[in-house]
Amino acid sequence: MQSLPSGQPKDGTAFLWFARGMRNIVSLPALILMSAFIGFAGFAKESGIDLTHAVFMTAAIWALPAQVVLIAAIQAGTALVPTFIAVTLSSVRLMPMVTTLVPDLRAEKTRTLTLLFLSHFVAVTSWVMANERIGRVPRQHRTAFFAGFAVTLTTLNIIIVAVVYTFSAGIPAMVLGALFFLTPIYFLTSLWATARDHVIKIAMVLGLALGPVFYLVTPQFDLLLAGLVGGTLAFFIGRRFPAKGKGGGR
Amino acid sequence: MNYQAFDVWWWPFLFILIAGWFATDIWRYTGVLLGRRLSETSQVFVLVRAVATALVAAVIARLVVFPSGVLAETALALRIGAAVIGFVAFLLGGQRIAIGVGTALAVLLAGMMMGF
Repeated sequence: MQSLPSGQPKDGTAFLWFARGMRNIVSLPALILMSAFIGFAGFAKESGIDLTHAVFMTAAIWALPAQVVLIAAIQAGTALVPTFIAVTLSSVRLMPMVTTLVPDLRAEKTRTLTLLFLSHFVAVTSWVMANERIGRVPRQHRTAFFAGFAVTLTTLNIIIVAVVYTFSAGIPAMVLGALFFLTPIYFLTSLWATARDHVIKIAMVLGLALGPVFYLVTPQFDLLLAGLVGGTLAFFIGRRFPAKGKGGGR
Repeated sequence: MNYQAFDVWWWPFLFILIAGWFATDIWRYTGVLLGRRLSETSQVFVLVRAVATALVAAVIARLVVFPSGVLAETALALRIGAAVIGFVAFLLGGQRIAIGVGTALAVLLAGMMMGF
């Protein structure tokens, strides 16, 4: 990130755009994510994970499904290598997400190192938010804008995990359950709302249907198989039956 | 060599670093390097996005169908019902995420209070 105080005068400085990005913390997706992390803190505590480990996990991984998979493996006493495989399979989705975000984020002079640093803060929520909002930002300030909301979002949720874990004895089980339910419903609706073409919607339907089937057959590889089989099928179905009246892509 | 394998303070952190941080950020870094090359209009790109989407959808289904913690004690039909009703409300309400999430939550809580 540039820390230079000067920028293009008419567009404002990088610092200003960082602050403008930060302002996006007050938004529905950010609030839902915070609720989900309240649920996560309760889940971690219920699962017997130490406070410091739960906080460290949130900062180091910053991907809710991966964190849930990791805790499940810890609880089951799974060894390091199978745990790595399970977590890495649940995180594969981040690769295409980052891949699609990079062309939107970078300006001519953006260093790869900056992008690598910022990529750590890409998760479903920040990705959906970036897709919605980054287009309005002048290109040379997009990394500052993204850093503004994504890094703040991560930091805030790390604090939430620490605070909620410490005080969660007072949270009724029903509230905790409801909070944990927010995440899948938010993913479901936001993914559908930001789907750019019908291939994505077909892929969603197939993934929803195939996921539980593969889970029953092979719980270790369910996500990867549902993704590969469902996504590839959706790709070919979408090519075979192109959507009417809709332009492809953006 | 699991999480509880060594009784030293740093082992759980190392475990989380290897099986959590490295297992996750390796994909983010790969994504950055690929994103500098891949064209957004190419067919490979469409395929990669479809696979990513189906994967996240499978995550959603797993959280609803096979949850852990408190949610595991609720009825499967209630969770699926709440998700479906929430999604239909989201579609009818002009694809507003708040409507979908609010409705699903209301159905779930009502069901939990009725003991499902």
